[in-house]
Amino acid sequence: MTDLLYSDIEEQLRKSVRDLLADRAPWTEVLRRLETAQPYDPALWQALAGNIGVAGLAVAEQAGGQGASWREAAVVAEELGRAVAGTPFLGSSVLATVVASCAGASDLLAGLADGTQTAAVAVAMDTAPGDAFPSAVAASASGTLTGAVRNVVDARTADHLLVPAVGPGGPAVYRVDASAAVREDVVSFDLTRPLSDLAFEAVPAQAVAEGEDARAALEAALVTGAAILASEQLGLAQQCLDTTVDYLKTRYQFARPLGSYQALKHRVADLWAAVTQARALARYAADCAATEDPDTPVAAAMAQSHCSQTAVRAAEECVQLHGGIGFTWEHPAHLYLKRAKADAILLGTPRRHRARLATLVDLPAATV
Amino acid sequence: MPTAVELRERVRKLLAEHDPHRGAGPQARTDFLRARFDAGLAWVHYPAGLGGLGAPRELQSVVDAELAAAGAPDNDPRRIGIGLGMAAPTILAHGTDEQRRRFLRPLWTGEEVWCQLFSEPGAGSDLAGLGTRAVREGGSGGEGDERGGGDWIVTGQKVWTSMAHEARWAILVARTDPDLPKHQGLTYFVCDMADPGVEVRPLRQMTGEAEFNEVFLTRVRIPDALRLGGVGEGWRVAQTTLMNERVAIGGGASPRESGVIAAAAAAWREHPELRTPDAHDELMRLWIDAEAVRLTAMRLRQQLAAGAPGPEGSAAKLAYARLNQEISGFEFELRGADALRYGDWQSETWSTERPITVDFAGSTPGYRYLRAKGNSIEGGTSEILRNIIAERVLGLPREQNTDKTVAWKDLPK
Repeated sequence: MTDLLYSDIEEQLRKSVRDLLADRAPWTEVLRRLETAQPYDPALWQALAGNIGVAGLAVAEQAGGQGASWREAAVVAEELGRAVAGTPFLGSSVLATVVASCAGASDLLAGLADGTQTAAVAVAMDTAPGDAFPSAVAASASGTLTGAVRNVVDARTADHLLVPAVGPGGPAVYRVDASAAVREDVVSFDLTRPLSDLAFEAVPAQAVAEGEDARAALEAALVTGAAILASEQLGLAQQCLDTTVDYLKTRYQFARPLGSYQALKHRVADLWAAVTQARALARYAADCAATEDPDTPVAAAMAQSHCSQTAVRAAEECVQLHGGIGFTWEHPAHLYLKRAKADAILLGTPRRHRARLATLVDLPAATV
Repeated sequence: MPTAVELRERVRKLLAEHDPHRGAGPQARTDFLRARFDAGLAWVHYPAGLGGLGAPRELQSVVDAELAAAGAPDNDPRRIGIGLGMAAPTILAHGTDEQRRRFLRPLWTGEEVWCQLFSEPGAGSDLAGLGTRAVREGGSGGEGDERGGGDWIVTGQKVWTSMAHEARWAILVARTDPDLPKHQGLTYFVCDMADPGVEVRPLRQMTGEAEFNEVFLTRVRIPDALRLGGVGEGWRVAQTTLMNERVAIGGGASPRESGVIAAAAAAWREHPELRTPDAHDELMRLWIDAEAVRLTAMRLRQQLAAGAPGPEGSAAKLAYARLNQEISGFEFELRGADALRYGDWQSETWSTERPITVDFAGSTPGYRYLRAKGNSIEGGTSEILRNIIAERVLGLPREQNTDKTVAWKDLPK
């Protein structure tokens, strides 16, 4: 039966990640880094990947990973969301790792799994499961790539790019040395996960998957990414709820704690109920991904629709219920709001996930 | 502690010694159910001797599946839901050994139906403010003394009592000391519904039928041996009942696309002419919400497998109510004018043909829409549940008022 709880091992992993993040990436440090050239702290990633092993959790031990599963990876995503820490976890340890694994690119996979190297999948960040194979980049018969991709996540620190492109033989995924692409950094809404534009001008590339294999590898990455992103959103929502509840207990107005007003209690109670549901859906999606359940696309679409909206709502409530302090740059609420809003677009908006889900569960759209 | 393998062996032994297909009629069924109870296979997480084996709660499904596969009769849990879901856990937690032995077996087999005498016309959300009086014969009931013996004389009015017209017993909360603050002056009893002072009247609801009853109690005599828990401890005992009620309402196991969403999805598939892009996104949002509620309940049951229900059950119930209302409202509008063809208001039959359970699936969109309105009122209003979540789960302070410290008799009413 589907296990929707957390195992003891998962809880230990959570604690390790949380302790490390509290030490290396408290929100004050995340905030300080935002406007520097290095929003991702390389030392933090080294500690997460090297000491705790978060980068290769779902990769088999013989392939260089930890031999755990996407359930454990989802717990890491929760904690990263909780801390709004800047790391290439989603782009490299989830999306690129799935592509590399499906493509059988074993040397690349080993480097990603121990975190010594990172990679990004060169697709627009709002590419969603079920989308048509991207055609923005063309591959020549000699195997060079030409084209441009806007709004890519986790490309800034990537050593390698995995580029879906259409060549003479149809769709394929190519591996490119990141330094061979022209990268332009975007001034991003969410500075904790900044975007880049990538351009390829006859860049030499090596095909790692072709035809149906390429389609399947990209789709698997998008579905798994959506499933794991839901846990990041859950962690973010939980943190916003916790922060808000703490504030309502300590902030006095009209000689009473704010949290004693029923109007505010009911709002956070409803939010708590939404977060509780988000946890069930995120755990279900993670468990499906871990067990390669055929229901994974359904689970990921449901989780994305619900967890995206819950994370945004939690961040918006966090801002509003903090009042003036919540609108300042010095308070972390805006970090969560920006990440939540960006996450709602990352890998497809809730509405697109619902449209996708409709085709999976035989509830056809209107034919107007 | 028994394992799944041992439970299967016990089921085989039960079936070998008590052929479920031997004989016909209610008596054969009752005989089999009694044997099942005595074999500890009724509710395996209950203690040995009381229908269980002290096994983990989740192993019940093993027993149920084996017995269903063998074609054994069940105890028609829908008919005795209040007994199973509310009275039984309360009797188990707070009853004496004698009370447990007397009540649990016929409760579980369905030989004795139970109902719940809690709400009153003047005490809904503020249940602890209830005014039904229980006075110890001889006039010493007001002192909260713990000496045994003597009868209690109960007078008052209860409402929203489902199954009262079929019930043999009721769980009852009554005020034994009006001079104490409201939570402290309550005592919990088992009430004999056959007492001549009990009058049951059907209460017609907005759907046209009468699921519930009003119950008038006039000098009902309750022996002290039927008190559940100490004098003045009624509120604490009632918490066990209420937490179990909310889990029962919000937490049942169900497959994907069951309940109210099934009707909306079926309408969508069967009527392409009703589809619009807006309605499609709304339907999908509700479909996901239904899954969210279902999976949250599944997760809650996994958490509860070992322990007792906590305030989290309130969240399941809160979500379930909102979901049913949103989906039934959506389906009603989706169906358009045909939704207004109500079906049956039971104009002549409401007081005699009484439903045993709420049948969302087998009724019309209009019925579903109206009946779902009760979901956010029965078993704790959604507003009260939000207070419970805010105060007991999130630890926010109570709103400041004096109703917990003033004698009940002095509270404004």
